[in-house]
Amino acid sequence: MFSFNPDRSQYPATGPDGKLEVDLETGKFLKLWHGPNHPGITGNMSLEIIVNGDEVVEARTRVGYLHRGFEKLMERRTFIQVFPIVCRVCVPEPDFNEYCYAAAVEELAGIEVPEAANWIRTLILEMGRFNSYMMAMGGIGGALGMGVPGQWMTYVRDLMLDRFEELTGARIYHMFILPGGVRGHLPEGFGERMEETLQTAEKYIADLDRLMFTNAVFKKRTQGIGVIDPALFEPYGVTGPNARAGGVAKDVRKDAPYLVYDQLTFDVAVEQESDIYARARVRFRDLHATIDLIRQILRDMPKDGPVMTSLPNVLHWKIPRGETYIKGEASRGEYGYYLVTDGSGYPRRINVRGPSYTHAMALLEHLIPGTNIADIAALMVSLHTYPPEIER
Amino acid sequence: MRDLIERLTQRYSLGAPTFQRPVLTFVDLTVNEQLRAILLELRDREGFTHLTLLTAVDWLEEGRFQLTYMLNNRTANQTLALRVYLDRAVAVGETIHDIWPTAETYQRELREMFGIDFPGSPRVDDEFMLEGWTDLPPYRRDFDTLAYSQQTYRDRPGRATTDPRAHMKQKLYPQG
Repeated sequence: MFSFNPDRSQYPATGPDGKLEVDLETGKFLKLWHGPNHPGITGNMSLEIIVNGDEVVEARTRVGYLHRGFEKLMERRTFIQVFPIVCRVCVPEPDFNEYCYAAAVEELAGIEVPEAANWIRTLILEMGRFNSYMMAMGGIGGALGMGVPGQWMTYVRDLMLDRFEELTGARIYHMFILPGGVRGHLPEGFGERMEETLQTAEKYIADLDRLMFTNAVFKKRTQGIGVIDPALFEPYGVTGPNARAGGVAKDVRKDAPYLVYDQLTFDVAVEQESDIYARARVRFRDLHATIDLIRQILRDMPKDGPVMTSLPNVLHWKIPRGETYIKGEASRGEYGYYLVTDGSGYPRRINVRGPSYTHAMALLEHLIPGTNIADIAALMVSLHTYPPEIER
Repeated sequence: MRDLIERLTQRYSLGAPTFQRPVLTFVDLTVNEQLRAILLELRDREGFTHLTLLTAVDWLEEGRFQLTYMLNNRTANQTLALRVYLDRAVAVGETIHDIWPTAETYQRELREMFGIDFPGSPRVDDEFMLEGWTDLPPYRRDFDTLAYSQQTYRDRPGRATTDPRAHMKQKLYPQG
């Protein structure tokens, strides 16, 4: 197994607290910026790293390149005006924002959602998860210099975007799940076209398995590297596939079922090693579960019935004072919306809890010291972070 | 959950709980000094090991900030949100980064966005997402986004704006 043994002979002595005293003036350390525009960075985020030789001794996550002040914007908009904004919080998987926001508003306003709408919501969330995993698979390949998986997965994701387009009218920001239900039923023949897409996807995914997961170079560069000790999961708020790769079967879909997940059959993929390879593998296995879930939903969902309840006049819609928290299992971990209302026509406070908030900040800064500079990109992509949800 | 709240009420000053859903409870902690003790007890004895989020709500009219510490017990599938209130004029909270290291990030954000200080929290004064910000913390309710943008940015020259009603009237009925 590959192991990184840095040459520490040139190090200055450590300080009284046992930590390295990094003094850039000595010339033994070099400060580098990894990002915000770097092929190994997911989105606009940068890592300020200090290296000694090729060993990273300190890392700081710097965010703010994408800050658009969404939470503040939402406070100045009516409940229905907020709905087209929320999806923009997370670009690659926007549907969780729509679902969490809609469910939070429905709960505080006491709105019942029709059964068929819940099935369509679940379908959309799983389609979004599929897309997000496609980007994760391509990303981890790209971070290690394998360009082909990225091209394949982008192609397959594009096919799924076609399905999104015919269902919702939009490819990236769908704005289909809104308070009260969803905007419509599935179009005619959607199931058959989805099946075609899934079969194409499965072909590429099988190829990906042979190309990436059995590849000796990929294994050498990912196994035993970037290990998160399972003891760190709770202190650092690790959720989703990152926790499942370390043997903890955290999955909100199972732990606290929402929508129609209690009527669906699926297994939670768990690996034990908690390294980069295990995290990629968990996502790969979960991708199969997602494909299976999409098929189950299309088979079992009600084919007719209302998908939208009538809302009060949305221009004068006031919601009584209250607060709630709605969460769901996004492809990266627990995604949640904390909504506080004060009886007026505007939300008092909306807080978005994105999984990257904990993964890319405190956890990543904790994991990086001691790694090789060449492994940072893979380590970061393996945590599957999306910066927009850190800074909103 | 009701049992837990009853047990806690015997030793801590809790307000009336809100059972929002069977799995989600909100409760006020009325004595701020008890925060650390109750969080440690919830984490170590009651299984609330996951800090879901820590955020603030600005109740400008009441002159106070609400800090929400949302904790989750995965085994029991229960979420408990503790609400702590801070005087808006003082705005100093107690740091919990040693209980959950990830709280460091939340506290940095609260320091920058709401101006709530957490003495002792690592790098709490570092810039988080705003660079060179000198104005009022932007997530406070009294921060006026419109006034800020009008003072900070200027309108681009050359962009003519017209009142749509007058413009259409002129276009459709030029004779008046």
